[in-house]
Amino acid sequence: MAQKLSMKQRYSALTRDLDWTPDYVDPARVFPYTAFEGIKVHDWSKWEDPFRLTVDAYCKYQAEKDKRLYAVLDGFAQGQGHLSLSDARYLNSMKLFLQGVTPLEYAAHRHFAFLARYYNGPGPRFAALCQSIDELRHTQTEVHTLSTYNRYYGGMHSWPTMFDRVWYLSVPKSFFDDAMSAGPFEFLIAISFSFEYLLTNLLFVPFMSGASFNGDLPSMTFGFSAQSDESRHMTLGLEAIKFLLEQDEANVPIIQEWIDKWFWRGYRLVALVAQMIDYMLPRKVMSWKESFELYFEEQMLGGLFKDLEFYGITPPRHVEHAIAEKDLLSHQVYWTLYSFSYAAAFTTTLPDPAHRAWLREQYPDTFERYYQPPFDRAAAIQEGGGRFFFQGLPQLCQVCQVPMLFTEPGDPTTLCQRERVYRGERYHFCSDGCQWIFDREPAKYVQAWLPVHQIYQGNCGGPTVPDVLAWYGIQDGDAGSTSARSTTPTGSAGTPKPRWGLTMPVRAITEAYEFPSRSRAELYGDDQLVHVLWKGNMLLAAAATFRVPRAMPWAEFLAGVVDPWAASDPDYRPGTGRSWTLDGRPLEPRDADTLADLGVGHKSLLTFDT
Amino acid sequence: MSGSREATGLDHDGGRAPSDGARQAQRVRTVGVDLQEAGEDARGVVVAVERDNPGATVTQLPGLVRIQVPGRLVIRRASVEEQLGREWETHEFQLAIVSYHGHIAEWDEDEIVIQWDH
Repeated sequence: MAQKLSMKQRYSALTRDLDWTPDYVDPARVFPYTAFEGIKVHDWSKWEDPFRLTVDAYCKYQAEKDKRLYAVLDGFAQGQGHLSLSDARYLNSMKLFLQGVTPLEYAAHRHFAFLARYYNGPGPRFAALCQSIDELRHTQTEVHTLSTYNRYYGGMHSWPTMFDRVWYLSVPKSFFDDAMSAGPFEFLIAISFSFEYLLTNLLFVPFMSGASFNGDLPSMTFGFSAQSDESRHMTLGLEAIKFLLEQDEANVPIIQEWIDKWFWRGYRLVALVAQMIDYMLPRKVMSWKESFELYFEEQMLGGLFKDLEFYGITPPRHVEHAIAEKDLLSHQVYWTLYSFSYAAAFTTTLPDPAHRAWLREQYPDTFERYYQPPFDRAAAIQEGGGRFFFQGLPQLCQVCQVPMLFTEPGDPTTLCQRERVYRGERYHFCSDGCQWIFDREPAKYVQAWLPVHQIYQGNCGGPTVPDVLAWYGIQDGDAGSTSARSTTPTGSAGTPKPRWGLTMPVRAITEAYEFPSRSRAELYGDDQLVHVLWKGNMLLAAAATFRVPRAMPWAEFLAGVVDPWAASDPDYRPGTGRSWTLDGRPLEPRDADTLADLGVGHKSLLTFDT
Repeated sequence: MSGSREATGLDHDGGRAPSDGARQAQRVRTVGVDLQEAGEDARGVVVAVERDNPGATVTQLPGLVRIQVPGRLVIRRASVEEQLGREWETHEFQLAIVSYHGHIAEWDEDEIVIQWDH
């Protein structure tokens, strides 16, 4: 009679005994992706999965999780549970979740399936396989969970299309595309370690506690069900990093750079969560600041990084900026979404007096001083029957793709601008963190599909806001507030003039990694993009980006382009004394000078004071 | 790495880095788990964990129970079974866990151990 195997023995039988070493095909051809990143692995059998999961246990418990979730969904639908939400506004956060997170789960499903085939070791292959199935389960259960609301509320249709097209969703999409286009080890550090271990608690736990607190039983149940898999994913991330660090000392500096990069990439992504926690939940669970302190500073910096010190790993580069931003982040991001919500598939409203009191209490050093004034001005506009909007398109960061809404470290009233000229073209960044990431691999980031630039190139349905919204799949009423305006002067296409072609430092599986900028000057013909920043005006969340002819005279540029945008601020007076700068140098324009005469180039930054 | 990088340090309480002596005597880092606040099973696990881990702090959040323990957290099958009055395999813990911090150092038939290794 066969004896029942222990957990350890069963796991070992699955992951070791079913593996074999190829002998008539070169292993390098079977596993072609695990060498080019420079990571050295000497012994794949050293990989440990603490969960010791086997196929039977995996199926048994996953089935149980689904059974529990679907019982809740059925009961909620039967009992008209959607009527018991704290407030319909709550669903904004779920729209954002469905549009921005669900597609990431699907992307993760695809990429972990790829890794389940291409890692050399059977341990990580099986862990990746389980995760791939988990991520598909998350995609499906999220869709099922939110379909409960889709029957009654707008803005939840077309989310896969929106994910590919809508401006604020290019933030999560480009984040994940960046990871998927990296090698298999960088992906693991990007997603499994930096995202799932370092930052996942900031994303999921407040979302799901928020769901619980706002009467959203289905999302809470879904979230905790998904999160129970997430604990396994966190373990994969932590095992991965320990395994790679222990395999070879030469791996340490490579991994440190990946942590540095992916911490900042992930941190910029969760900016969307920060505003959700502080502004979109009608009943608050905890503030972003508190959640950042608890889940990141205490657990990760205070716990995890002490452990990684042993291997010579230090806390991520630029983490001090993230810590300093905890008092600012959610307000800056929400104000930006409020300013642009005519182009979003969710609603934004001004915080009411009770909400403001809560914000003042949570953010005693910053809210009243810096962020309440714009809300007060917007409230005054609203009382007069209007609605404040940013009447233009924002300048975007080349790396994180978030509008350039972040401020200089230590100076919450000055928008942060960083710039690099790479191969003759200018690029802008929201922070030192994003600039550092660009500098490591400029050839990768010049390819960024920046929504604003794509609109100006005519790739997004047409030149007006209604054209673009139709192309996004956003319907009237999805946002709760709409404004139909025509913004963009367009120009004719010019002659292509290639200006790239040297080798670049991106570590790639191919010999040459060469791609043109996706926003190069030639794509705009006789026109060019120009960024304009009104310095110190907190009502305008970011600089604006315009497409204008190089031959446009200054007077026409002012009256036809700058004035209509600056008039977003009702106090703006055209023609009042201003001091201008062009790319950091003083500029004294005369009315008849053309932009070209003045030296305003493609993606130049003009700033003015009033 | 730059000086500013080191200065970011691990002391998030806003104070300066402690002296070497203070660093030695530093408080033990906590590990912990977040569990779903769902039904008898979850309650049984929480009670078992509290019993087996002196110094455990239990915090309630909407839908969640957070358990934190200085240094090392252990979940014993026998203790959970005693609470639930039925057989319980450690794999079942996957149904309750939402998140954790620390490193899962052991997970076998009899116990689950979460700790920092270094």
